[in-house]
Amino acid sequence: MDHQQPQRSLSGSSQSPRSPPSQPYLSVSVIDPVKLGNGVQAYISYRVITKTNLPEYQGPEKIVIRRYSDFVWLHDRLFEKYKGIFIPPLPEKSAVEKFRFSAEFIEMRRQALDLFLNRIASHHELRQSEDLRTFLQVDEEVMERLRAHETGIFKKPADLMQIFKDVQSKVSDVVLGKEKPVEESNPEYEKLKHYIFELENHLAEAQKHAYRLVKRHRELGKSLSDFGKAIKLLGACEGDALGKAFSELGAKSELVSVRLQKEAHQLLMNFEEPIKDYVRAVQSIKATIAERANAFRQQCELAETIKLKEINLDKLMLTRSDKVREAENEYRELKEASEEATRRFETMVILMNEEIVRFQEQKTLDMGVAFHEFAKGQARLANNIADAWRSLLPKLEACSLS
Amino acid sequence: MMGAENQGFEEAHLYASKEEMESLVLDEPPSPNANGNGNANSKSFSNYRSAMSSLPDSHHPLSASASTSASTSALAIPADSDPLLAPPPYPEELHSPTSHDNSSYIEPPSYADVIFSPFDGEDINGLESPSRTSDITPASFSRSSSSTGEYIRITVSNPQKEQETSNSIVPGGNTYVTYLITTRTNIPEFEATEFSVRRRFRDVVTLSDRLAESYRGFFVPPRPDKNVVESQVMQKQEFVEQRRVALEKYLMRLSEHPMILKSDEFKVFLQVQGKLPLPTSTDVASRMLDGAVKLPKQLLGETVVAPHEVVQPAKGGRDLLRLFKELKQSVVNDWSGSKPPLVEEDKEFLERKDRVHDLEQQLSNSSQQAESLVKAQQDMGETMGELGLAFIKLTKFENEEAVFNSQRARAVDMKNFATAAVKASRFYRELNLHMVKHLDTLHEYLGLMLAVHSAFSDRSSALLTVQTLLTELSSLQSRSEKLEAASSKIFGGDKTRIRKMEELKETLRVTEDAKNVAIREYERIKENNRTELERLDKERHADFLNMLKGFVVNQVGYAEKIANVWGKVAEETSGYVKESI
Repeated sequence: MDHQQPQRSLSGSSQSPRSPPSQPYLSVSVIDPVKLGNGVQAYISYRVITKTNLPEYQGPEKIVIRRYSDFVWLHDRLFEKYKGIFIPPLPEKSAVEKFRFSAEFIEMRRQALDLFLNRIASHHELRQSEDLRTFLQVDEEVMERLRAHETGIFKKPADLMQIFKDVQSKVSDVVLGKEKPVEESNPEYEKLKHYIFELENHLAEAQKHAYRLVKRHRELGKSLSDFGKAIKLLGACEGDALGKAFSELGAKSELVSVRLQKEAHQLLMNFEEPIKDYVRAVQSIKATIAERANAFRQQCELAETIKLKEINLDKLMLTRSDKVREAENEYRELKEASEEATRRFETMVILMNEEIVRFQEQKTLDMGVAFHEFAKGQARLANNIADAWRSLLPKLEACSLS
Repeated sequence: MMGAENQGFEEAHLYASKEEMESLVLDEPPSPNANGNGNANSKSFSNYRSAMSSLPDSHHPLSASASTSASTSALAIPADSDPLLAPPPYPEELHSPTSHDNSSYIEPPSYADVIFSPFDGEDINGLESPSRTSDITPASFSRSSSSTGEYIRITVSNPQKEQETSNSIVPGGNTYVTYLITTRTNIPEFEATEFSVRRRFRDVVTLSDRLAESYRGFFVPPRPDKNVVESQVMQKQEFVEQRRVALEKYLMRLSEHPMILKSDEFKVFLQVQGKLPLPTSTDVASRMLDGAVKLPKQLLGETVVAPHEVVQPAKGGRDLLRLFKELKQSVVNDWSGSKPPLVEEDKEFLERKDRVHDLEQQLSNSSQQAESLVKAQQDMGETMGELGLAFIKLTKFENEEAVFNSQRARAVDMKNFATAAVKASRFYRELNLHMVKHLDTLHEYLGLMLAVHSAFSDRSSALLTVQTLLTELSSLQSRSEKLEAASSKIFGGDKTRIRKMEELKETLRVTEDAKNVAIREYERIKENNRTELERLDKERHADFLNMLKGFVVNQVGYAEKIANVWGKVAEETSGYVKESI
């Protein structure tokens, strides 16, 4: 499967056992999708293989069985714990497609999940996550319990899109200044937010056309195939050399059709999917933007509250009220909370700045690869087509001389 | 012309679902053979002429030269100019295989004229006539003989509204549309090289009807539909334009038929100024009137079909009685179980008829699939272009909002990618344009099937006439014998009876004459059918081969162009793959 190899690189790849034992490595892969269950209850289970020499892990190799909702659990935990970091995106839940479970869909999902894990494993912060270790190592029953336990806290794990939508509306509210103006006055950050929002629109459009292009390849393949058949039948009416020419043309047409279908698949995997991935990444950033806005708001609110409390405390102290002690405690707690909120916010800002750099670099690489694969595929396709048709020319030439 | 009420198939295809098809087909020559001065290819035109020469008495002057050019000319090209024999530098590859001169028809420079706006369907118009040389022979069957260098080009243009001056039933006058029909030719029979007339559609109908009468048994191309619509619609620009295109195609097709080209009717239509001096087909009402007047005479008297009339099928109205008789005969043929007095015996003909039927079916099927293919390719080009545009917008955006260098680097590659996509999209569109022309051959031949059908039905109706006359003859004869037998019994004879016998004998003679004429006509039509079938086979063979070649060469050429474009991008972005490993 010609999926994007480059993504799993960075910190050691799947052929880890040969790297020097002293170098720490963590390699993960998602393989072997298997359909389980029946009807509406049906789901896909995947095998997740972890190879590592890190001491925190239970051994050099571990294989566990996971399903999509387990990945969602991991994603949500990371999102909660690592604010400021762009958590790698998951493929969409897509209830409808799941129901159909086409081979293509299953493979695309597997790839996306593999990418998800690999990105986590390559991220210097995220890879240290305990939740990651849990995900990679506990057996299925434990995982199931954990997953069920978490369902109540977040919105339905399946409803990532809903979360994003909520976040999006919240963020756009914030950006558009609909809420009370508790916003950072950071022009660079404003620029970034604007960029991210606009980018999503552009990417969504590109993805739409990419998907359509896949369809067009399939459609062109089909009509070439039908045309070939019709031409063959027409040739049968003619007979002798001309009839043969028709028949060969029809055959070539069918050949080209097959080639087109293959290319359609490649396009889907190596071009459309990466663009979709890009879109998801942008959406993940938007979620982080919302989190940052929350953190900022919290910080501001706390700062406000503290001011009030200070004033109140001073008042109380002046009047030598017996509520002073209480008020002092409250004040101290709030001060701590405020400092914590400030710390959190500032960490987020720093992290985000790092992340955005990483993000841009990674995306430049990803898109570069996607363009390359696209161009390579199209060139190959076109050359194949040219060769196929060209081979007919001498025969046609012979026809006219006879 | 028999094809009176039937919509020409090719017309149906022209105006089928997609307006893109329509805009693509327009004025353009359906064949790849769009350059040259009519010496492009001599398919089997000369063959045809030598075949036709067997009908008139004298040997056609061209047949001598025809035999030499015919055998080698079909699609052979002098080796030195045949692009296909040499390995392909691709622009030449796109050369029409049948053109003799080396001006590459599909070379990129010629598209400088194309006004390319990627995302509306209208850009095709830029490819219309203005950029084309005027001495193109646009018809797909362009078969001006290379040996004679004959060519003819007919254009229909400049539709104008005119007022009906004569007394019409509707007071206030009718308006109708006339078209300017311009002919350029070097054919000597026309006695001029360039001339124009104004004609209205009614004149075309007249021409078509007269040709149908004169050329029974020939594959006479069917004329465009009458389209009985209200005058408001008549004047709508779109309708007029459609009709103009259809007329042009029709006239060019007529000119491709070697007999019709030189026919009086055709020449008169193209050249005589003012009112068209061909007898008009009277409308149904007056014909009925006419026939009703004649009927009593026919019923009461012993009117027979005059010999000169048998050369035409019985027309409604005028020859009611004859129609009835022939109808009766055909019923007898079908239902009586007894063999009609003369049957279609020519086995070869019947075989050929079946084959024609098969051909028609497969043509129809192929033509449909060809349309789907064109659409699919069109869509491919469109979507590719849209993808390119989306990335161009994204590039612009990245450049405007770039904060990091990585973004700028990405923007460069994105732009190259997007540009390539737009180029590829253009190539798909061009590929399609040409493919439409090649595959149009299928549509053309499908349309011709109508002409074939009517030629076959000319034959059957002529046969029916003969059969009817034979039946009549035999019944007259038996009456005559009875009368003789009766009168021989009475010596001296009854004056009335003698008169009757003489009248009967006269009728017999006339009917015998008519029968002979009818048989001659039938034989003539049979022969026309035969030669036309041969012509059809030969020309079709050549045209189809042409079509296949053109199609393939086209595909190869554009595939190479597209491969080129993407190959460059793949190279330029190959760094990313190495980087990411």
